[in-house]
Amino acid sequence: MTEEIIIAGFGGQGVLSMGKILAYAGLMEGKEVTWMPAYGPEQRGGTANVTVIVSDSPVSSPILSSYDTAIVLNQPSLEKFEPKVKPGGTLIYDGYGIPEPPTRKDIDVFRIDAMDAAAEMNLIKTFNMIVLGGLLKIHPVVGIESVLAALRKTLPERHHHLIPKNEEAIRKGMEIIKKL
Amino acid sequence: MTREEIIEKGQLVYKKPTLLNDTPMHYCPGCSHGVVHKLVSEVIEEMGMTDKTIAISPVGCAVFAYKYIDVDWQEAAHGRAPALASATKRLWPDRLVFTYQGDGDLACIGTAETIHALNRAENITIIFINNAIYGMTGGQMAPTTLLGMKTATCPYGREVKLHGYPLKITEIAATLDGTCYVTRQAVHTVAAINRAKKAIRKAFEYSMQGKGSNLVEIVSTCNSGWKMSPEKANKWMEENMFEFYHLGDLKDTGADK
Amino acid sequence: MADQEITLMKGNEAIAHAAIRCGCDGYFGYPITPQSEVLETLAEQKPWETTGMVVLQAESEVSSINMVYGGACTGKKVMTSSSSPGVSLMQEGISYMAGAELPALIVNVMRGGPGLGTIQPSQSDYFQACKGGGHGDYHLIVLAPASVQEMADFVDLAFTLAFRYRNPAMILADGAIGQMMEKVVLPPFKPRRTEEEIIKECPWATTGRIGGRKPNIITSLELRSEEMEVINLRIQAKYREIEAKEVRYEEFMLDDAEYAIVAFGSAARIAKKSIEIARAQGIKVGLLRPITLWPFPTNEVKALASRVKGILSLEINAGQMVEDIRLAVEGAVPVRHFGRLGGIIPDPDEVVEVLKSSF
Repeated sequence: MTEEIIIAGFGGQGVLSMGKILAYAGLMEGKEVTWMPAYGPEQRGGTANVTVIVSDSPVSSPILSSYDTAIVLNQPSLEKFEPKVKPGGTLIYDGYGIPEPPTRKDIDVFRIDAMDAAAEMNLIKTFNMIVLGGLLKIHPVVGIESVLAALRKTLPERHHHLIPKNEEAIRKGMEIIKKL
Repeated sequence: MTREEIIEKGQLVYKKPTLLNDTPMHYCPGCSHGVVHKLVSEVIEEMGMTDKTIAISPVGCAVFAYKYIDVDWQEAAHGRAPALASATKRLWPDRLVFTYQGDGDLACIGTAETIHALNRAENITIIFINNAIYGMTGGQMAPTTLLGMKTATCPYGREVKLHGYPLKITEIAATLDGTCYVTRQAVHTVAAINRAKKAIRKAFEYSMQGKGSNLVEIVSTCNSGWKMSPEKANKWMEENMFEFYHLGDLKDTGADK
Repeated sequence: MADQEITLMKGNEAIAHAAIRCGCDGYFGYPITPQSEVLETLAEQKPWETTGMVVLQAESEVSSINMVYGGACTGKKVMTSSSSPGVSLMQEGISYMAGAELPALIVNVMRGGPGLGTIQPSQSDYFQACKGGGHGDYHLIVLAPASVQEMADFVDLAFTLAFRYRNPAMILADGAIGQMMEKVVLPPFKPRRTEEEIIKECPWATTGRIGGRKPNIITSLELRSEEMEVINLRIQAKYREIEAKEVRYEEFMLDDAEYAIVAFGSAARIAKKSIEIARAQGIKVGLLRPITLWPFPTNEVKALASRVKGILSLEINAGQMVEDIRLAVEGAVPVRHFGRLGGIIPDPDEVVEVLKSSF
């Protein structure tokens, strides 16, 4: 099994950290993982994307021409990565930042209104975990327990009390993702 | 009377420091380097640091200092001696680490290394020979060349419009929080030599006591570069160099630390 | 800290952790993207409180490399890291260290140039790393990691080679390897050598005249040409020995290959993906990955030329290593180059297209 994922959006949406949690969870399941960010000079704002590859065998290129799954969280990212989803692949998007939805018919398109849900739950910072929950619902690349373990491993101790909130967010994402 | 007989009878009044070896020096007769080499050697010996000294030589006339003083030496790239000394001292904190640099090396190409090593309070000493000229390359203008002074690259005399002002880097060093002892000395008379030796000793001791960085400037002559006899060069130094580069301690916070 | 630890980290972070673990005595560096995490990680880890390793942020790359020069003179395991423009500034110090025959490690996490260029990944410092870079006849031992694991592993290897031959070694990585996170098994802790051990192992070092030995002098200066030639000949003989003994490379799917890609570092990773794609389309292609860029696997590339119909040099530059490949191949088979410039990384599909159109 190899899952090649691109996660793209605005800087500050938690794109890189969502990728990191996913990669870390893969690591904890003994899988081979690669997390390759498109890095830029900006500290905040601007576009951000990260390629995450989770595989049972050694990962070759961290740079890819096409992806099994694209998670896009703003319009420019949709425009950039919709054409790069492999035929039969998956595209997940949040309707909040994407007024013009995807058009391809040869891929599975899912919508997750994570921004709205995060606002409703008053947990705006767990936005990216809602999206991650959506992904795990349709592609259980890693188990939810591994994600929670990854959070424990990567979050500083003083933030560990937030882990239940993150779990809540992941489960919310699993609930609200819907196929179009 | 043989040499041994004289020593036997207790008549030995002066002895070349053991650390200063018998290699003939390449310095011009009358040059201040020889005297300063002797002082440095004496102080290392008197402090009992012969086996614990690591010295850094510059690019310039003192590039071959390693041939004359029998301690371990690192020969640095032009201007970079304080960087070598910083790392060496941090890696070997119980060693006596000093650099020996000229004005071009220290106050021109190596200004950044000098200022930052001093300001980091590296526990080192910089011996700074200021003769206001590039000696080894044949007498070109230095950052410390006085206004009006003629050199190969300011043959009509240094002028502000063309060359800017001479740099008092020792005064700058004294303003840095990292420096402990900053002094300006000379070696043109016996009294001055004695004072200079005390200054070097104090600087070395402060550096071993971990009190911060130390800069000992020695205002020097370059009779070849200045195109004067050694005697005349000394006189010219007194009349001109000391006017601009005042002798004495600029800073000494060693007692407070 | 666990002795041997499996974790997820960036290549730059792996360099820092590996340095602490392999008994490095000192790191001297200056921030520059995309490698600043090396210094940041060291500062965060505070090894001066655990192993006693010195970590110092210098005022410039010029100063960093000369701190490394000073530390290396004393027989300590010292290193710096930077990215392309910073490594350009270091060339003088590197030449001095090669001339004075000093062991040290320089890490270059390459970005695109020339000039200030870009902060995106590139491999355009191959010439600088392998063909001198600074002045004089000299070589660095150059290792090219292709994974975060190799970033960690090559720190100790580079120090080992540097001390074995008293020659500076370089890890030539790029922004992709530096910035990406992968699984890495950190090496076990190795204690720093004691001062007594250093004095014994490095009798040439400027450690002070302990025991009243003769003064040690580290210099690259010798004004007498007859002597300077002797020194140069000795250094060249050392290089020949390194060329004979230290070539390292990896072969991938070459057994039945009709075409070969030669690529190092992240380009080699891309090549592996391209090979998967190409083989699925029936093109028999394999990879030779030089791990040491200097010494270059000249004999292996030459042998390859007798087995394949063509060689593609895949580099993230305008064509640098391709010159060494052509020298090795001596015209036996066509050698093509493909690369992207300015911080663009070629993607696996376009490499496959190039393979198809090149031969």
